[in-house]
Amino acid sequence: MRRRDLLGRSAAAVAAAGLGAPAYAQSAASRTLRIVPQANLTSLDPVWTTATITRTHSYLVYDTILSVDENLAVKPQAADGWQIEDDGRSYVFTLRDGQKFHNGEPVRAQDCVASIKRWWARDGFGQEIAKRLDSIDVLDDRRFRIKLQKPFSHLLAAIAKANASPCFIMPESVAATDPNTQITSGVGSGPYRFMRDEWVPGSRAVYMRNDAYVPRQEAPSWTAGGKRANAERMEWHIISDPATAGNALMNGEVDFIELPLHDLLPLFRRNRNVVVENRDLLGTVGMMRLNHLHPPFDNPEIRQALLLAVNQEDFLKAVVGDEPAMYKTSHSYWSFGGPMHTEAGSDALKVRSIDRAKDALRAAGYTNQKVVQLHASDFPTIAAQSQVTADLMRRLGINHDFVATDWGTVVQRRASREPPERGGWNIFHTTWAGPDWFDPPAAVGMRAVGTGAGGWFGWPSSERMEALRTEWFDAPNLAEQKRIAEAIQVEAFKVVPHVPLGHFLSPSAWRSNVTGVIRSPVVLFYNMGKTA
Amino acid sequence: MLAYIARRVLATIPVMLIVAFFVFSLLYLAPGDPAAVIAGDQATPQDVERIRASLGLDRPFVVRFGEWLWRIMQGDLGVSIFTNLPVSHMIAQRIEPTTSLMLITITLAILIAVPMGVMAAWKAGSWIDRGVMAFAVFGFSVPVFVTGYLLAYIFALQLEWLPVQGYTPLSQGFWPFLENLILPSIALGSIYIALIARITRATMLEVLAQDYIRTAKAKGLGSRGILFLHALKNAAVPISTVIGIGIALLIGGAVVTESVFAIPGLGRLTVDAILRRDYPVIQGVVLLFSFIYVLVNLGIDLLYTVFDPRIRY
Repeated sequence: MRRRDLLGRSAAAVAAAGLGAPAYAQSAASRTLRIVPQANLTSLDPVWTTATITRTHSYLVYDTILSVDENLAVKPQAADGWQIEDDGRSYVFTLRDGQKFHNGEPVRAQDCVASIKRWWARDGFGQEIAKRLDSIDVLDDRRFRIKLQKPFSHLLAAIAKANASPCFIMPESVAATDPNTQITSGVGSGPYRFMRDEWVPGSRAVYMRNDAYVPRQEAPSWTAGGKRANAERMEWHIISDPATAGNALMNGEVDFIELPLHDLLPLFRRNRNVVVENRDLLGTVGMMRLNHLHPPFDNPEIRQALLLAVNQEDFLKAVVGDEPAMYKTSHSYWSFGGPMHTEAGSDALKVRSIDRAKDALRAAGYTNQKVVQLHASDFPTIAAQSQVTADLMRRLGINHDFVATDWGTVVQRRASREPPERGGWNIFHTTWAGPDWFDPPAAVGMRAVGTGAGGWFGWPSSERMEALRTEWFDAPNLAEQKRIAEAIQVEAFKVVPHVPLGHFLSPSAWRSNVTGVIRSPVVLFYNMGKTA
Repeated sequence: MLAYIARRVLATIPVMLIVAFFVFSLLYLAPGDPAAVIAGDQATPQDVERIRASLGLDRPFVVRFGEWLWRIMQGDLGVSIFTNLPVSHMIAQRIEPTTSLMLITITLAILIAVPMGVMAAWKAGSWIDRGVMAFAVFGFSVPVFVTGYLLAYIFALQLEWLPVQGYTPLSQGFWPFLENLILPSIALGSIYIALIARITRATMLEVLAQDYIRTAKAKGLGSRGILFLHALKNAAVPISTVIGIGIALLIGGAVVTESVFAIPGLGRLTVDAILRRDYPVIQGVVLLFSFIYVLVNLGIDLLYTVFDPRIRY
């Protein structure tokens, strides 16, 4: 019997059993919310790492100065508001009154300024502010001012952004830590306190309600609005085996699984005690990243030939199965659902013809060079898409070397600029949250500076793309930003930094008595509670 | 005897040094980069380099090994490069579940396997013998995770007698502690039971053919006396050797069992550390396992003198 069959039958039995019998662990305190997050919490520093799990932790523990709602509008969060002066060259922020850190100290403008400085030392969007900075000053305990050399219309969006890395408020003493050194403090001013003594990395992280937190009165909307700590205690249970996590949910031993295995969703849906919903409608985007430094993908015509063969549906179905509602083809470098999304320039990606791709490869001068593909077998969604690529390579008659390894090795080897035969690579796969491809500041993979500073693995190079990117930052309004983003994409389909593989949803699953789940592309566990 | 024990304990030091060198070398040579894992997917190559430098991973092998060894000699296992927590603290957090799991498994295995092996040998060729051997083959053949899921399916999901997963410390009550460990112990113990039962049977068969057993029977001694006072005591040396060797088997099995049953033990700590290339944690845990293994073997050697007074050290 295959392991997956066994898991499936085991889980199916629970689904049936769950209909008639009380769950095993209902005796657990109803005030405690037990969550299985997507990964193990290892680092507490959202500036030091862009890891999603650290960002999720940070949204519980820290507050942000600004936030963004479901209409992508910037909203005040810890800030009471802001004033724009001097024709857009000066922004004065005023903090809400009565906010405190978990150690009882008040949240002051000094803390915000120190936090912003540490954040923009590391964050790409933050660095765009720093480039244009004239000064950043504390006016008094509740007000601070950012003065710019010239107007920068994205300043508020940068400070409010929810994708990595958001600008969280830390105590001034903590924010004074070198941005290259990991902080060890979990003290913030957010709705939950991190119980450091109960933290067992790889097993458990615990949060307690911050009774001193004063939420905004607005309804929660993405990262904006009131952050309410409805559960008195929140426990993160790290369960590495997806089937065990699924069984624990159906048996009532945990309340919420952030990212259950897609294979288990049908079983969850048959259990009346379990809710399966797409908490994040912007979903996940997949990419087939190509290395531009070495043959054969140093040849743009060969990269373009690859586009002709790709059928996004094959890649999407490999992840989510035959459930059309769970995926959407998206012939765009910009995220589906994002403000810059366009299909301009994507004709090659709609051809879906192996024969035409083979002809194009021949015409481009492909001479049977070996293509080394890195495959992370321990990452289910990435592995599924990677296997489709392996099949595609075979069908295209490409001389293909499929290097199956673990994610830890992939992330190391992808950093190598050496030729594939000396430890380098030609192709690897990865996935991103939808907002990570919303616009140029978010999309680090769209940098086209080659091996220069800010370039991402694969090292594409295009002066035109970079010039357009710079132009985008200075665009005066959304319409102009969209026009420039479209031009970037048209150029990108010529450069082919990677092959975009569409958009799939990764639902969460939770017990039916769980309340207050926020629908957002960012994982937010505050506001959640449960009925007895 | 005391001098022997002291010599053996001292002998663990060079063993540990060799283990330390191999562990460090293997990790140095193995692919994978903790800095890249830490940096996250949105990091640029420059970010990865920066983190690598901040962790000191860009320094030469000799320097890193020397520093690590110096710290180890001072009793400092270092700090996890991911969590910034001391490795000794992380091990301390995880040692109770693993120790509990292994002790219960060993106890369970000995209590079940030794009588099974003895009975199989006593009734050699009978249906009892064939049944025990069939069980042994099954125990050897079925992977721990399959046994684990089967047990969870029957006893947790169908009968709802026990929880699917998790661990409750002993300090929170004996039954909550035990109920979480029953299924994992049986799953982990199945191979161990099979191994001990087979060895017990084979050794007992050999002993039962000896002249002194025939003499004991001729004297009119009962079956129980013959089996447990004469035969088993003489068969105990090889059985205890296998139990000792099996500790390594248990350590390997604990990694899988702890994952299947979500037990926060050293096995999962090791796997997580390997996947993330958290070198100080891997080194610390492997050293600990090596030390335990050396001590267990020492304990087994000392047990020989109890079972066979002719053995002297």
